[in-house]
Amino acid sequence: MSPDGMPPDWTMGGEGLTLARCRACGHVQYVRRPFCPSCGREDPDVDSASGRGTVYAVTVVSRAPSPDLQAHAPYGLALVDAEEGFRFMAHCPPEGIAIGDSVRTTFRAFGAGLVPFVVPESQP
Amino acid sequence: MSRITGFGLTPFGRLSGLSTLDLMSRAAADALADAGLERREIDGLVTGYSTTHPHLMLSTVFAEHFGLRPAYAHAVQLGGATGFALVMLAHLLVESGAAERILVVAGENRLSGQSRDAAVQTLAQIGHPTYEVPLGPTIPAYYGLVASRYAHAYGIDDHAELAVLMRANAARTPGAHLTEPITAAMVRDSKLIAAPLRLLDCCPVSDGGAAFVIERDDPARSGPRIRGAAQAHTHQHVSAAPSLTAFGAGESAGRAIAQAGIALSDLRYAAIYDSFTITLAILLEEIGLAPRGAAGRLAREGHFSASGALPLNTHGGLLSYGHCGVGGAMAHLAETVRQMRGEAGPRQVAPPALALLHGDGGVLSSHVSLVLENGR
Repeated sequence: MSPDGMPPDWTMGGEGLTLARCRACGHVQYVRRPFCPSCGREDPDVDSASGRGTVYAVTVVSRAPSPDLQAHAPYGLALVDAEEGFRFMAHCPPEGIAIGDSVRTTFRAFGAGLVPFVVPESQP
Repeated sequence: MSRITGFGLTPFGRLSGLSTLDLMSRAAADALADAGLERREIDGLVTGYSTTHPHLMLSTVFAEHFGLRPAYAHAVQLGGATGFALVMLAHLLVESGAAERILVVAGENRLSGQSRDAAVQTLAQIGHPTYEVPLGPTIPAYYGLVASRYAHAYGIDDHAELAVLMRANAARTPGAHLTEPITAAMVRDSKLIAAPLRLLDCCPVSDGGAAFVIERDDPARSGPRIRGAAQAHTHQHVSAAPSLTAFGAGESAGRAIAQAGIALSDLRYAAIYDSFTITLAILLEEIGLAPRGAAGRLAREGHFSASGALPLNTHGGLLSYGHCGVGGAMAHLAETVRQMRGEAGPRQVAPPALALLHGDGGVLSSHVSLVLENGR
């Protein structure tokens, strides 16, 4: 937990992946809003995600969007289906990751902050 | 119904020294001349946007610049789907009676008006600002993710033949950005941009402009009729797409075709958005113009060639005529009008009675479909 009682969230500089679950219908969202986009109920319950999931799609960025990020290229980019039922974008190794692989989430510095970096579940 | 009574299309490519308003003005002047109309006869104006000329009111900026006093003006933003969305809006406006003769116009010096890095960065901002953009994706990366899922589903990660076809078509089109012949091997050997997409799987960034005059249907006027128009919007960000193998294209095209009261098999020409080879393959297949996984094979077999069963983007598409933003897909419509009129020169096909046009914006997020009937 961070000092404000919220679970650590990489979008705010913490080493963690969070989700929000609707208190009425149970809908799980990753891109945070103060309401449930499915039923409209406000104040969803924010929780830590396990970071475990399955690779849904994967690419390798060879041509980065800016000169400062080009220094990191090539870097892997994946869409991961989290076990809690949401999909998220993460970095991944540029090789050795395929659709359907089980992954877990770590974090690494990239650009101006920290980003999720998924690695095969089997990898220590 | 509405008719397209005039069009203007500039060359695409590096047109140094021309601004957004210059390119819009050239295309608009050509469209008015083609329709045989004067500025004062235009009572509606529909424009898109320009990344090199961001403005809260591009439609009235252009009206003042070009010398129009429209009774209706509107600037629309729907990414790559904007061009056909403008045409659909003009169609609905004349049907509603809000205006009788509408100028639809777009133009952008997307290539020469900014650095390549600035263009790539601006376009990447269609990603989610908090959950995607910080990870350093690019437009090709979003489509690379889509292509990986397609490869997983259908076992095909190569649509080089679609790039080859678009280049061959562009070679016969005056004003095309890229005309040097390419082979499938050259596509497969071009440098990786975002796996599995390579340089020659991607459209170029171009300068260019395009415009149309869309009028209320009048038997005294000639031009293709818009017989069906529909949209579908399923998501904005690739992370939020319900699926990366099923998008809104089938729904949108299906409704436009039903509205026109025709069947897919009646179509004799297809003008389909082709920002990347994978975009074109997915749209052709989802609309039902190719079986799943077969778009590349059909292209190889000549099905989509000018001499084939369903000529496709005979001007070279975004992949080779070029992509200047909103005007990019409008070139597909200009070519469809040319083909219907029998004015396509060395690439003329049997003038098609019915054509389908389809554009997408975002990451296959926003879809617009039009059915055109030849009304010579």
